[in-house]
Amino acid sequence: MRFARFVLFVNCLVPGALLSWDAYHHRAGANPVNYALRTTGFLTLTFVALTLLVTPARKLTRLSWLYHFRRPLGLFAFSYAVTHFTVFFAFDRAMSLRSTISEMVKRPYLIVGSAGLLAMVPLAATSTNAMIKRLGPKRWQALHRLVYFTAIAGVVHFYMLVKSDHRLPVAFGVVMAALLGYRLVSLIQGRTRRRERAQLHPSRT
Amino acid sequence: MEDRSEPPSSEITPENTYLNRRAFLKAGVLAASVLATGTLYRRLNTPSSAPVNAKEINVVAPIGPPESGFHVDEPRTSFQDITHYNNFYEFSTNKDAVADAAADFMTSSWKVEVGGLVNKPKVFDLDDILKIAQAEERVYRMRCVEGWSMVIPWAGYSLSKLLKRVDPLGSAKYVAMQTLLDPRRMPGQNTSVLQWPYVEGLRMDEAMHPLAILASGIYGHALPPQDGAPLRLVVPWKYGFKGIKSIVKIMLVETQPATTWNIAAPSEYGFYANVNPNVDHPRWSQATEQRIGESGRRRTLMFNGYERQVGSLYTGMDLRKNF
Repeated sequence: MRFARFVLFVNCLVPGALLSWDAYHHRAGANPVNYALRTTGFLTLTFVALTLLVTPARKLTRLSWLYHFRRPLGLFAFSYAVTHFTVFFAFDRAMSLRSTISEMVKRPYLIVGSAGLLAMVPLAATSTNAMIKRLGPKRWQALHRLVYFTAIAGVVHFYMLVKSDHRLPVAFGVVMAALLGYRLVSLIQGRTRRRERAQLHPSRT
Repeated sequence: MEDRSEPPSSEITPENTYLNRRAFLKAGVLAASVLATGTLYRRLNTPSSAPVNAKEINVVAPIGPPESGFHVDEPRTSFQDITHYNNFYEFSTNKDAVADAAADFMTSSWKVEVGGLVNKPKVFDLDDILKIAQAEERVYRMRCVEGWSMVIPWAGYSLSKLLKRVDPLGSAKYVAMQTLLDPRRMPGQNTSVLQWPYVEGLRMDEAMHPLAILASGIYGHALPPQDGAPLRLVVPWKYGFKGIKSIVKIMLVETQPATTWNIAAPSEYGFYANVNPNVDHPRWSQATEQRIGESGRRRTLMFNGYERQVGSLYTGMDLRKNF
């Protein structure tokens, strides 16, 4: 398991490493800032989707060890999101706090994107075993449902900034909808099952 | 007696060999997965690096005094960047990928129809249209509506020279232009990201302004496909999307013609599309721009710095309404 997690970790680093390599060697196109923004945004959405994929994949395949991949994938999603924002602040806005804030307040797609990023902060902060213990698994799980908000905000942010070619944001939307839809369906099924059981054996409840 | 449950000692792998083999296997798995991830990333996300083979063309130095605006005195954007960062949805919606996608675009036996409200309509062969006037070098700022800009040494001549050749009627108030429609040569036209063919237009007085040119080259070379080969419009005081590429048709008309981006999003892209730092795009600011090749952002200039030359075309107009 330790080896599998190591392989996963190294692979998650690969896109970031290649992006840095390209930027350093001036192979990031004519507009490297925009290239880096696009790439890190794409990576964030990809890693959010992969994180959300772990639970359905584990249940459908009954491979319980897949669970070990969820935390590293989530933390990589957060790291790429932070990089995305940092590139925007440092290069697109030339580290001007004023222009960053005024641009963020005025532009709906930036508000939505920032909200999605902010929602990830408490999740990253409570990702350690110690924090799970301190919060208790129930409260921890409830808090971490915030990732659903991040997924939706990320897709909406992407959709809103595209000029006319909506194919990629829509594709991400379909993937996220499937991943969230799976959870909704299993939630409803779980409730009906519990209710049916309660009706059959009233004494047990 | 021989114990059959144990293999003969000759078949037992020594412990260190066994561990080596495991380590070797692990390294192999790691390397293979990294290679696969890296290849996938490269496939999805590589800026195009197609070399540009554009033949040299005859260009004369600019005619006209400095205040004509024909020659901007700012560092020019590199040929590499001008030819590898393009908005040309007929080939790809990814600016970094257009150069590769357009590399094999054929422009042989190109014709341009010029007609409508004119006395002498004509279908020109490309060579004939290029012979109407000598191509001059015009170094213009190019401001994209997305918030980036370049400085480009175009080769071309004023659109007015072509229009005078066909002798417009008094009733002609606008010029409507059209890009080639051929989904086999322009694969982006197989998608519905925009309505095809791409159409653009100018008011007659805008079209007759000496700054508005028909361009056939950059940096003394014929226009590469990604920049609008073989013939395109350049209107330096307007956002880049007004500069329609790969033109096949120019019609003089009485009423304001439909324009592609206005059809796609009427609240975001107007007919005029004059560069204006005070009128924001509904989704982003137009106050500053990213000059390709520079770090940080520049202030965007009114009419892209050509206010002196073209400002009078718009006196009395509400530029917020006529964006």
